[in-house]
Amino acid sequence: MNQHVSWAEAGAAEASGGDVVRIVDLKRRFGGTAAVDGISLSVRKGEILGIIGRSGAGKSTLIRCLNGLERPGEGQIFVEGREITGLGERDLQPLRRRIGMIFQHFNLLSAKTVEENVALPLKIEGRPKAERLARAAELLELVGLADKAKAYPAALSGGQKQRVGIARALAARPALLLSDEATSALDPETTRSILSLLKDINQRLGLTILLITHEMEVIRTVADRVAVIDAGKIVEEGLVWSVFADPRTDVTRSLLAGIRPQLPEALAARLGQAGREAILRVDVAGEAARRPLLQELATAIPGRFRLVHGGIDHIQGEPVGTLFVGVQTTDGRVAEIIDFLNARDARVEVLGHVSDDV
Amino acid sequence: MSQTMFDLLLRSLWETVVMTGASGLISLVFGLPLGLALVATDRGGIAEQLWLNRILGGIVNGFRSVPFIILLVALIPLTRLIVGTSIGTWAAIVPLSIAATPYYARIAEVSLREVDRGLIEAVRAMGGGRWAIVREVLVPEALPGIVAGFTVTLVTLVGASAMAGAIGAGGLGDLAIRYGYQRFETSVMVAVVAVLIVLVCGIQWIGDRLMARLDRRA
Repeated sequence: MNQHVSWAEAGAAEASGGDVVRIVDLKRRFGGTAAVDGISLSVRKGEILGIIGRSGAGKSTLIRCLNGLERPGEGQIFVEGREITGLGERDLQPLRRRIGMIFQHFNLLSAKTVEENVALPLKIEGRPKAERLARAAELLELVGLADKAKAYPAALSGGQKQRVGIARALAARPALLLSDEATSALDPETTRSILSLLKDINQRLGLTILLITHEMEVIRTVADRVAVIDAGKIVEEGLVWSVFADPRTDVTRSLLAGIRPQLPEALAARLGQAGREAILRVDVAGEAARRPLLQELATAIPGRFRLVHGGIDHIQGEPVGTLFVGVQTTDGRVAEIIDFLNARDARVEVLGHVSDDV
Repeated sequence: MSQTMFDLLLRSLWETVVMTGASGLISLVFGLPLGLALVATDRGGIAEQLWLNRILGGIVNGFRSVPFIILLVALIPLTRLIVGTSIGTWAAIVPLSIAATPYYARIAEVSLREVDRGLIEAVRAMGGGRWAIVREVLVPEALPGIVAGFTVTLVTLVGASAMAGAIGAGGLGDLAIRYGYQRFETSVMVAVVAVLIVLVCGIQWIGDRLMARLDRRA
């Protein structure tokens, strides 16, 4: 019966474009609080899906449900088409070999060499020693640590430890890699190198990656799609560039605050109800960001305006920009300018007015 | 010191070494699994069984709270059953082992408990079962502490074996009491204490060296 259901589900997964993971209305409570409160989500084959949220949003619980380290209260999880929420510990073990996992604190075994750490998943699987060591050597080559095979983890830097963690997670040739805040304990430069390694593995091996983080920079650098999670629910989901261009919720906006242009504080403090200059926030993305928008504006409308702050960023190859524009109110053209910009797919918001030049 | 005294000292040293070594080995063989069981069956452990944990904990506490000299006497029937006699070096090994096993189990438990839970989670995440966790994580990661704890247990056993002289077990303690104390032969007392100091320092030195060699953390 179970077998029958899982084959049917495998067929369904195939039909939906080969989702590696499909989560349906997942719930997990701890005491009185719901850590995961009705999440439905799919991870498509070959993509990097980023899940972002503040600490305590439930992302750690969610990712741990996927390999059964955490048991959900309600809902279903399909991994490669197979429902796993009903599986016992023993049945979860072969499943976990299909899912690699890397951790914030690396979790390398200090009593084992780098090579033994990488080979451990294969040892647990019962593979012969020669095969284990050959695979470990191959993976250490891949992550650029071939010369550290005989070293102990204590002799490695944080970035090197995470590379070993990645090699270890790949040892059993998983279908899915889970990354639990894998770069949160690393400095920005090391973070970049680890992220580019993940991207490289994703592209070269076609490995599906699900990563959770609280840093938008991580999402921006590697993810294809992003899901924003808050209080156990997904509040926003979509392609990374489109979520960056047009965040719909306050949570997303506040998570984006660090890496998207913001109105300089000195200026923000002086904004008032009225004044000689209106400060507009103009968000552009895709087509609107490719066209010579400001030049068109200057040609079409004679009112004076100036660029106060902002810029155009490229995310997944798509231009995403935020410009802060000051428009002279004395010209009486503010409404006209807003209409002009809106007509060209730019989103305009009047932030306020300043009375003298900044 | 006369030649006979010297021979006696050597024989007593040998008896102490045999008592300490044998009961130490037995406490390792039974105490380590017992320590593992205490950690594994506790709340959040890899084989959580709270009722079993309480029973094991109760037994360990029970044995540890009985003064050794009383245990020595109370266990005479058991000793006779196992060894066939209740007198002598081999007979002393029974109560020594029974006292040292729960003692060592508690020390091993502390080391095993200190193993980072993240490491256990990592091995579970790669599909490892309980046995893999014990073999690949708990024991190897706690090994420096397990060795250090064994050293402490051996040193404690050297002291306890002196008490075993009370049931005619021989050993250095017995020699010190009979000759040094009861016959006022101060030179024997001094010689015994000196030998004990060297013995204890030797055990500690070997233990420390072994621990340093096994410790790969930082």
